[in-house]
Amino acid sequence: MRDRQTLGQFLKESGVSRRGFLKYCSATASLMALPPSAVGQVAEALASARRPSVVWLSFQECTGCTESLTRSHAPTVESLIFDGISLDYHHTLQAASGTGAEEARIAAMEENSGDYILVVDGSIPVGNPAYSTIAGISNLDMLQESAKNAAAIVAVGTCAAFGGIPHASPNPTGAVAVSDIITDKPIINVSGCPPIPVVITGVLAYYLTFGNIPELDDLGRPTAFFGQNIHDRCYRRPFYERGQFAKTFDDEGARKGWCLYELGCKGPTTYNACATLKWNEGTSFPIGSGHGCLGCSEPDFWDQGSFYRPIAAGMWGSREALLGAAAAGAVIGAGAAMAARARKKKADKKQEASGT
Amino acid sequence: MSLLEFARGPALQWSLIIFVFGVLWRIAGTMLIASRKDLSKPRRQSAVRDGLLTIATRSLPEHQFEKKIRFQHYTGYAWHVALFISVLFFAPHILFFESVLGFGWPHLPNDIILVTGAIALAILLALLIRRGMHPVLRLISNADDYISIVVVIVPIITGILAFAHIGARYETLLAIHFLSVEAMLIWFPFGKLMHTALTFPSRYEAGASYGRRGVKA
Repeated sequence: MRDRQTLGQFLKESGVSRRGFLKYCSATASLMALPPSAVGQVAEALASARRPSVVWLSFQECTGCTESLTRSHAPTVESLIFDGISLDYHHTLQAASGTGAEEARIAAMEENSGDYILVVDGSIPVGNPAYSTIAGISNLDMLQESAKNAAAIVAVGTCAAFGGIPHASPNPTGAVAVSDIITDKPIINVSGCPPIPVVITGVLAYYLTFGNIPELDDLGRPTAFFGQNIHDRCYRRPFYERGQFAKTFDDEGARKGWCLYELGCKGPTTYNACATLKWNEGTSFPIGSGHGCLGCSEPDFWDQGSFYRPIAAGMWGSREALLGAAAAGAVIGAGAAMAARARKKKADKKQEASGT
Repeated sequence: MSLLEFARGPALQWSLIIFVFGVLWRIAGTMLIASRKDLSKPRRQSAVRDGLLTIATRSLPEHQFEKKIRFQHYTGYAWHVALFISVLFFAPHILFFESVLGFGWPHLPNDIILVTGAIALAILLALLIRRGMHPVLRLISNADDYISIVVVIVPIITGILAFAHIGARYETLLAIHFLSVEAMLIWFPFGKLMHTALTFPSRYEAGASYGRRGVKA
């Protein structure tokens, strides 16, 4: 690690007060659902933690994850904590470019072998590696090389966590998630399109504090942030219970802040901390701004019909298919009836011929 | 593909196709099947009135049996009314019908739907238990009766659980609710649930046939 300064020293030099630091530690402990007694441990661990080396790889992505992280937090203490890591490679944020940038990545990986944290945003195209390359290196090769000696991997954003938008049908690049390729390293999925910045810093803080990864759900996401669905924490939930729904984005229900379920809100099936942590330093979140949840932190959120199709409507196919089934049923039913008539007629004739 | 994606997607598509195909097959087959030619002289010009009258009279308990069948008859009505309210006037259900039919209608408050759903469930469970305990009913019941009741009970239970978020994560409960409805749709044309489409036509047919011969149905 090139910068051996502890986080505590770095924050002190940066003008962050002890009170501000402890406040952040309390918030972090609370966010991670840790008991109050753990605040001291968090503070002690964070203050004495060496700034870890972080190598951030961006593959098939839109830079939204980086935009979210860098814009939403400055100038809060969370952003300083994030500045407190040694971000040794991030081709959007770093000043170096070309060969110099790649040398920085290689050097960071060699100097911190086995200790660095690998952050990945974007999916990896395996259909044809040439779809996305950096310095002539395919995303697949770069991921495999960089993951080899990493202590842990943080897959930031739904693209890295689950394939995301590039993975959406028909998935022309053969996009896959980090966990589809790397199977021998601890991976923390911080999904979202983009993810909430404080969730990323919270996950890193947990790693710095405890030296291991937080409890994860079945999709590899920290349960502290992804343990509850948006619907359960939504302030519009009482309107759902009462059956009061906005029918359009500008009707009376919308103006009164009623539930957006009928407008396609995916809150009931989406697990994220948007309704509690919110965005832009706790200002609001999509539902608070009058738009339903898109379900962006869930796998294949792009392929659930439409953002405006209610969950209950299902994806039942087409009217043409049902009309075809109806016509086929009617024809076969009529055919069966005709066959029965013919059999009866034949039996009657046979009966008449036998004279009985 | 998650369980909910499967339930909302391919499972729903195929169950609807089987349902529509099967219902039309049964209706067309029943309507067009050969019937014995009635050679008797018609006693009335038209038997339509008798057919329609029979639909009404058969919908009321026969006076001489009323005491014996009162419980079954009126709980049957209550169960059907409660079910129809729950199915047709719950907001998320209307969203589904609207997506299929292209039009929707006003919904009832959720609390009312919860009550009607609970009533429908309680009555159907009571009728199922009665069917199992009553010696005559038990004797005339076959697997079709029990399967038809179960495939209707399960969607009501899973629907209430999904609404109340009890027992599992919401998406799991919703997926199970979808799947239980799909099982009902697949069974519908091939079992006694088909009475939904055939009850009134068969009552009409019986009434008209008797009326032609001058007999009160």
